[in-house]
Amino acid sequence: MSALADLLPLAPQLAEATRETLLMVAVATGLAVLGGVPLGVLLLLTAPGGLAPHRVVHRVLGLAVDLGRSLPFIILLVAVAPVTRAVVGTTIGSAAAIVPLTIGAVPFLARLVETSLREVAPGKVQAALSMGARRRDVVRAVLLPEAMPSVVASCTVTVVALVGYSAMAGAVGGGGLGDFAIRYGYQQFRTDITLVTVALLLVVVQLLQQLGDAVARRLSHR
Amino acid sequence: MIELSSLVKTYPASGQRGGRPGRRGARRDDAAAPGEPEAQEELRARQDRTAGARARRGAPQGVGEVRALDDVSISVPAGDVVGVVGPSGSGKSTLARCVNLLERPTSGRVVVDGEDLTAMGPAGLRAARRRIGMVFQHFDLLGSRTALGNVALPLELAGVDRRERERRAAELLDRVGLAEKAGARPSQLSGGQQQRVAIARALAARPSVLLCDEATSALDPASTAGVLALVRELRDELGLTVVVVTHEMDVVRSACDSAVLLERGRVVDEGRLSEVADRPGSPLASRLLPPPPPAPLREGSALLQLVVTGGTEEPVLSALVREHGLDVAVVGGRVEHLGGRRSGHLQLEVLGGAAERAPRLRAATAALRERGVLVESAP
Ligand SMILES: Nc1ncnc2c1ncn2[C@@H]1O[C@H](COP(=O)(O)OP(=O)(O)OP(=O)(O)O)[C@@H](O)[C@H]1O
Ligand SMILES: [Mg+2]
Repeated sequence: MSALADLLPLAPQLAEATRETLLMVAVATGLAVLGGVPLGVLLLLTAPGGLAPHRVVHRVLGLAVDLGRSLPFIILLVAVAPVTRAVVGTTIGSAAAIVPLTIGAVPFLARLVETSLREVAPGKVQAALSMGARRRDVVRAVLLPEAMPSVVASCTVTVVALVGYSAMAGAVGGGGLGDFAIRYGYQQFRTDITLVTVALLLVVVQLLQQLGDAVARRLSHR
Repeated sequence: MIELSSLVKTYPASGQRGGRPGRRGARRDDAAAPGEPEAQEELRARQDRTAGARARRGAPQGVGEVRALDDVSISVPAGDVVGVVGPSGSGKSTLARCVNLLERPTSGRVVVDGEDLTAMGPAGLRAARRRIGMVFQHFDLLGSRTALGNVALPLELAGVDRRERERRAAELLDRVGLAEKAGARPSQLSGGQQQRVAIARALAARPSVLLCDEATSALDPASTAGVLALVRELRDELGLTVVVVTHEMDVVRSACDSAVLLERGRVVDEGRLSEVADRPGSPLASRLLPPPPPAPLREGSALLQLVVTGGTEEPVLSALVREHGLDVAVVGGRVEHLGGRRSGHLQLEVLGGAAERAPRLRAATAALRERGVLVESAP
């Protein structure tokens, strides 16, 4: 009963934290799509037996992507601090958090996209080649449209992961709901605040997941 | 016009199978020789599909390589429908895919309509491929596009503007009888309808050559007949040169003008369908016109087996009866129309005791042979 009343004074901060989280996640997702989708395409094309097989490029990209994915996010956060400072000018705040979030999400999404594209029946690619398609035609007219529902699902998984990462980024001064939970919940022994924040994160994740599912369904070819 | 000269295509063998070169292929082919090759071929093809394996079969293997095509030279005149047949793994698909260089031959030349594709650069090859339509077993239509969008794709790739390509795609869909399905997705179409969309797509860029790799193998008999009839009609209308890869002899019988038989990457027989019956016992004849099993005869009778060819249009039976005084009954046979010609086998039972029958039968067979009728077995 009283818990709710205790929370009310913090409502503006909570609203601000939610806004920051959504902003961080939105921008990082946008950048991750811009980086991850082409990287996923490149991974597929350069793979042995692909449309543009290139062993060295494939190995180097694969290694970089797997390094990015295997690094615990909290370590990545610290490790890319110099990059963050160079790009944003500071390592504190939501804008700064976008840099490690993007760097963490790009390799994650790239692998998912590569897998999605690999699912496209090879016969469809062959059919396009038999019509005189160039490689870029195959990517544009066959691979991406055919894999689109699956690529959207991959993006949804990435957004959800980014919500989690962003909470972690909050812990080291990135702002957002994570920051809020630590500052007002954990450090002040206010379990109720922590719980409310977790509930809010759950709602955000659920909404994003449902949105992603709806878009994927709209695009599905059935 | 397609001219393939001395095509060789080798693939690196996968480690697993490399150690036992050719054994398996050799055994399978021996087993297939007698009996009904067609049925066995179909069975084998089905086994291969269920096994889900692109297993290496047939092709003799050098150390560390599979020879999918081994010195194949064939020439298909413009406007011809040629059937490529052979056991599973004999290189049929590889041959078809070498015609538009989806598979680049290890050596040899591919000349289509006078142009040497093997000597072309990437841009030239892409242009040449637009003049060669291809239809696949699994249709391979894009689920992200409507039927119309699928047919328009080759035109889009060729840089034709939107209005023009939609007009042409609609025209082609109409031609294959699917005008009202223009807005349907492939998943909303039956197999036969999907294959007709695929044919429309293959013809969108007005090619002169159509390659069909097992185009009817996933279809039921009625759809198969519809698709084959369509291919022949289009050939007549557009003067297409058509390569039909199939493991079904019925497809060859009903749709082709000539046939090429591959085994282990080599051409073991080829010829025009109308002439196949003239060479009884040849590999193509024994597949396209399998001799009927020997019919049971009455005590004392003899079997006379004739090859039915164009020449048999003469009144053979009445000649046997009237001129040679034989009593004959038809006991078996199978007659087809191959390449517009009657072809097959006819089994006659010649009645009567051996003593008076034998000399007359001998004279009759000699006379038949004189007239150009092929007599396969006579006592
Ligand atoms: N990409 C490939 N890599 C390695 N070997 C291959 C490849 N494609 C085909 N082969 C081998 O080449 C041979 C001929 O294959 P191909 O697909 O042309 O046979 P096919 O006559 O079409 O058989 P099917 O009737 O089963 O379709 C086989 O031994 C096959 O294993
Ligand atoms: Mg094949």
